[in-house]
Amino acid sequence: MAHRASSVHVDAVEDALPEVRAERSDGNVRVAISGTWKRGAAVQRGVDDAVQAVSTVSPPGHIEVIAANLGAWDSTLVAFLLRLQSEATRIGVSIEWQGVPEGVRRLVALASAVPERSGTGRGGESIGFLAQVGTFALAAAEEGRRSVLFLGQVTLALAAFVRGRAIYRREDLIRTIQETGAQALPIVSTITLLIGLILAFIGAIQLAQFGAAIYVADLVGLALTREMAAVMTAIVVAGRTGAAFAAQLGTMQGNEEIDALTTLGVPAVEFLVLPRLLALALMMPLLYVYGCFIGLFGGYLVGIGLLDLGSQAYIDRTVEAVGVADFAIGFVKSAVFGAVVAFAGCQRGMEAGRSAAAVGQATTSAVVSSIVGIIVIDALFSVVLNILGI
Amino acid sequence: MGNPVPRIAVRNLTMRFGNYLVQRDVSFEVAPGSVFVIMGDSGCGKSTLLRHMVGLVHPAAGDVLYDGESFWDTDDERRTVMSRRFGILFQSGALWSSMSLAENVALPLAQYTTLSPREIDELVSLKLALVGLRGFEEYFPSEISGGMRKRAGLARAMALDPDILFFDEPSAGLDPLSSRRLDELILELRDSLGTTVVVVTHELASIFAIADDSIFLDAEQRTLIAHGPPLSLLRDCPQAKVRSFLARGEPVSAA
Repeated sequence: MAHRASSVHVDAVEDALPEVRAERSDGNVRVAISGTWKRGAAVQRGVDDAVQAVSTVSPPGHIEVIAANLGAWDSTLVAFLLRLQSEATRIGVSIEWQGVPEGVRRLVALASAVPERSGTGRGGESIGFLAQVGTFALAAAEEGRRSVLFLGQVTLALAAFVRGRAIYRREDLIRTIQETGAQALPIVSTITLLIGLILAFIGAIQLAQFGAAIYVADLVGLALTREMAAVMTAIVVAGRTGAAFAAQLGTMQGNEEIDALTTLGVPAVEFLVLPRLLALALMMPLLYVYGCFIGLFGGYLVGIGLLDLGSQAYIDRTVEAVGVADFAIGFVKSAVFGAVVAFAGCQRGMEAGRSAAAVGQATTSAVVSSIVGIIVIDALFSVVLNILGI
Repeated sequence: MGNPVPRIAVRNLTMRFGNYLVQRDVSFEVAPGSVFVIMGDSGCGKSTLLRHMVGLVHPAAGDVLYDGESFWDTDDERRTVMSRRFGILFQSGALWSSMSLAENVALPLAQYTTLSPREIDELVSLKLALVGLRGFEEYFPSEISGGMRKRAGLARAMALDPDILFFDEPSAGLDPLSSRRLDELILELRDSLGTTVVVVTHELASIFAIADDSIFLDAEQRTLIAHGPPLSLLRDCPQAKVRSFLARGEPVSAA
């Protein structure tokens, strides 16, 4: 948008620097502009001074804006004049335009045509520290209230499911089972195999010093079944499936799909959350069992490959060390982890705002709260099991 | 409104989000079998009003009555039963993305009728054909264009032959011809099935083509400022803003 001033000296001022001078006399202000006003031209100080000068005028006085030798111009000039115009409107003085190109004046008029909407509540007021703490506390309380509310809705949906009254599509359940279970096998295999290897390496260095290398089998077996397989699988699934749940439901929220269900009288929690929760609570323990075996295999590889333990001896030692109780603990834990990941993912998704950024936030916070939940619950399990002596 | 019991009566409805007042004291009535248009400038709360009327948002004050029965002064269960009379076309169609078009239209039928799968299939094909989507039964929402999604959404809204249809900006994003076909379909639904239609829109061509009656919500005064058939509002609404809105800002010659 590079109009040219209808000045006869256009060519002469083509490359002239933009200039602005504000002169005060008898309570009047005269602003003179000249030169080429294009983006990137440095006139900031002169502009601020001019706006400052204009703001000192009071009603009986008048403001003149005079353009002489004005070269090419773009929005830079319009933005400056708009500031002058707003300032003048604020103090209730009208501006006399002289020699200012018609196009510039029309753009300024267009930009001032719709007054700034008041009462939109978006002030730049600063918030004090105490207010921030208070807002944070209220938000935390609200967050807790919503979680409890959602837990209640999920419980009711589960009750409806048990009574066979829940409204959901079996295809959705089966598809979610496939997505969360079978399709997670490659990543779960990789992670747990490596965890098995790492555990065996750590054990090997320590135990070989005491000539007790065979106890690597105990270490790997117990650590995997009681802790690592369950926790690592859950974390992988949190990043994979929990995030997917939050993103799916968040997008549905933005697309009014959840509203469409609600108005049809289909509870969204039954239709959307229930299949996901069931699928994950069902698949997580299975992934755990699978992960255990892959991890044990990793330990076995290190045992016989690096420590020269006999294959049969290693297997016998593992079977002896790991009891059914250890498996049961891991199994129960991972079912709980599955429910936690699905709950967090679905809750964040259902509460997501209706924008792309909101879906991103929902996804992030689903993964973060899943992982925190997993670790906290694992710690609780350890404490309780320790007290019970299992 | 000469009718003793209006199909829909909105009474002193006040809408807020937290402390933010959207609209206050909105009251109007919709006669059975009419096409009613809710208009107003952007951000005035037209869609929000619709969401209050269909039960998605609880009003801060006031009530909505359907055939004289209170919609908000009752429990959730009754509200669900009442809302079975509604068909709603959301702004973007709001099709369930994990289901094919046929499954989308079939869900309300499977939910609230005892029809056999075969009968449901037939009805689904009919509804899709009515909106010009014959043969797209097995497509998923992500595989079709925005305008087609909107039409499929309409097929779903009509699935249960509702006696009240709500449209949220039906012609937004449609080309002029599709938009016009949609208007014709709306009039056809009114004339052949006696459906009451509530449309949120600011497409002037549509407004004049379909509306029997209309209201205008104002973003600045935050309330309803005009009520009447759009043509008579254009001629002699006391509010200059409404006249100028309906004339697309052109100067209106006094009639």
